[in-house]
Amino acid sequence: MMPIRWMRIFCVVFVLCAGAVLARAADEAAAESAPGRTMARQATQDVQGWTTVDHSRLDALKKPFASGKQVTEACVSCHSEAASQFHQTIHWTWLGTEPDAEKRMGKAGDSLNNFCISANNMQDKSCNACHPSWNGQGTEGEVNCLVCHGRQQINWTEAFDDLNAFSGSDDPEEQQIVADIQADIQQAVQSVILPARENCGSCHFYGGGGDGVKHGDLDSSIAQPPKSLDVHMGVDGKNFQCTRCHTTVRHNVAGRIYSRPAAADRKSLIEDDLTAKITCESCHSATPHKAGSKANDHTDRVACQSCHIPLFARQNPTKTWWDWSKAGTLQDGKKYNEKGEFGKEVYMTIKGEMKWEKDVKPEYFWFNGSMNTLTIKDFIDPEKIVAVSAPVGSREDKNARIFPFKIHGGKQPYDTVQKVLLAPMLSGKDGYWETLDWQNAIEKGMQALNASYSGSFDFVETTYAFPITHMVAPRDNVVRCAECHTGQGGRFASLTGFYMPGRDRTGWIDSLGWLAVLGALAGVALHGLGRAFSRKGGKEN
Amino acid sequence: MAENLTQIYLYTRYERFWHWFQAAMIVVLLITGFEVHGLFRLLGFDLAVRVHNFVGIAWLIAFAFFVFWVFTTGEWRQYVPTTQKMFAVVRYYAYGIFRGEAHPVPKRKEAKHNPLQRLVYLMLAATLLPVQMLSGFLYWGYNSWADWGLGWLSLEVLALVHMAGAFSILVFLVTHVYMTTTGHTIFAHTRAMITGWEEIEEGEIQDWERPVKPTCET
Ligand code: HEM
Repeated sequence: MMPIRWMRIFCVVFVLCAGAVLARAADEAAAESAPGRTMARQATQDVQGWTTVDHSRLDALKKPFASGKQVTEACVSCHSEAASQFHQTIHWTWLGTEPDAEKRMGKAGDSLNNFCISANNMQDKSCNACHPSWNGQGTEGEVNCLVCHGRQQINWTEAFDDLNAFSGSDDPEEQQIVADIQADIQQAVQSVILPARENCGSCHFYGGGGDGVKHGDLDSSIAQPPKSLDVHMGVDGKNFQCTRCHTTVRHNVAGRIYSRPAAADRKSLIEDDLTAKITCESCHSATPHKAGSKANDHTDRVACQSCHIPLFARQNPTKTWWDWSKAGTLQDGKKYNEKGEFGKEVYMTIKGEMKWEKDVKPEYFWFNGSMNTLTIKDFIDPEKIVAVSAPVGSREDKNARIFPFKIHGGKQPYDTVQKVLLAPMLSGKDGYWETLDWQNAIEKGMQALNASYSGSFDFVETTYAFPITHMVAPRDNVVRCAECHTGQGGRFASLTGFYMPGRDRTGWIDSLGWLAVLGALAGVALHGLGRAFSRKGGKEN
Repeated sequence: MAENLTQIYLYTRYERFWHWFQAAMIVVLLITGFEVHGLFRLLGFDLAVRVHNFVGIAWLIAFAFFVFWVFTTGEWRQYVPTTQKMFAVVRYYAYGIFRGEAHPVPKRKEAKHNPLQRLVYLMLAATLLPVQMLSGFLYWGYNSWADWGLGWLSLEVLALVHMAGAFSILVFLVTHVYMTTTGHTIFAHTRAMITGWEEIEEGEIQDWERPVKPTCET
């Protein structure tokens, strides 16, 4: 009787304990809303219509416009500081905030990338397509406020050209055309908004000369994204516009600029209600997960993005490789393009060979918010792969966290004598795209930058890193613990110098341990056999 | 073999409960710990970690009760090491057992453990398990090291200690489970740990086996 009763009691105790453990675990797995999520939801109510102005009723915007300049003047007639504020920002100057006068950071300065390489001191006019000035005039021109603030985008250059060509005509048909164009212009001028995703996206989705070429987490799929693509911007979710996080002070939009981090410190709105909402922590706090959750213990060294953006380029493909050295091949004596898997160019005579990828797993690096970007003045080691842009940070750096990146690889020209990267002129009549003559294009490009060129070039392999921070996935799709805590090619496999449970082990203790366990097993097995046989023998005797 | 068997009540209710409870926790810790270590996939890493931490902390708390029990009941005396008959016990397991000899130190109420067991259990309860608990607790508190003034600790070294402990416990477990089969029947000892009643050969308890100091309880 006794044994059965006690066995039963023991079983009950054991089941209770196991039940408690599993219940707790299951409870955590099915976590309801995490506090960081609740907090962020409170902080970001749906936008109310708070504006006190209807731009379509302003006389200043009802008059006819004959040029972009006149439109700007109309805006500035009320928003007196807008243009001068904007002139100070990188969106206008295309120059970084680094104090170094020798090496001017920025697209308009000496910075390089491994896409179209350089804007050649703004003399490569094709780049100006994205400059927020009228008719691509660059910093010489007037600010086109409507690039960012217009709901209706029209082809302004064409509209004003046609308007001016036909105005003053006696032909009633042409007069009608003028009236129609003027009506279109006025309607576009009067539909003023705070910048929407499409406004920012008109440049930032197409960086590098096409949809999804540069970022990987920013492309036209973000214009009207489903929540599954981006939990913040999803039209079936919070439907955030870019400025919801990229908050703005005097036309300075929050965000990283070359080596200057997007945020100086990790503050939430609770600590400072006017802080830029540019970091996840601004709204979600530094410990957003349920109290006691292991994930909260990670936020000091692992950026939110590392787990919450499992893959980027989830809808549209992004370019991951661009080899300029392959450019220049003709087909039947003519320039040609060849499309690949995603309907994207994999070869272009004028640009070389490219690769595109979808659902890309990021690469991870320590990142303190600062990027190190090469200029035409930086020396390189052509024996190695050259990092044209790379995250700054290390495990020893207290401000650095592990952060996801898109790495765009490629090959681009460098000066074999001076050991610097070269900036060929691409567009225009002397540009490579026209002439397919590297030597001449490089000479012209370096002249535009007032930089010397030895006359001898070759191609070197380079990489360019983009922090991945958009395309935050729904909770169910976050990176699982074991995707990093594994010894078999985990996401953090390349990050060394620290011990990670599940990923790392001290080999000899494992060998020794298993040897001891096997020894014990062999020992008891032999002993048991010995007993079995000797006992048998005993009985037979 | 044994002729004159008699039943003695050897293990109290708490002792038996503690034995099996601790055994269960150690087995769960071994399984989840080795899963965390990347040996196999059973619960999945997240759940393995959560179960491991939960059971680990539960064990620490429960162990405190055990320590309390050992000292208040005077049971600690059962663990005081002795060299008396140690050789005889070793000789028995290495040789005598195959010849069907009787155990040189049969169990007695006042002497539950033979000299070899005393040594092993003392090492276990006073050294190996505390080392494992301490290293586990520190592992668990990794994020607070700086606050605890332990910023100089190395996780790699700590993990090594914890792994060495885990292997040692596994080795003990293997041997221990096997040793339970060496009673007069295969499950005799196991049964005793469940019911509390051990069947032993009648005989006199040796003086040296008695508790070091006579205690009030008998
Ligand atoms: C029978 C006792 C125990 C065994 C056999 C055991 C075994 C293990 C093993 C094999 C690992 C993997 C180590 C690595 O790969 O680095 C581990 C990790 C760990 N152990 Fe234990 N352990 C035991 C007790 C404890 C206790 C009492 C605690 C305290 C709470 C604890 C806390 C941890 C922690 C925090 C880790 C790191 C992974 C995690 O967070 O789960 N362990 N254990």
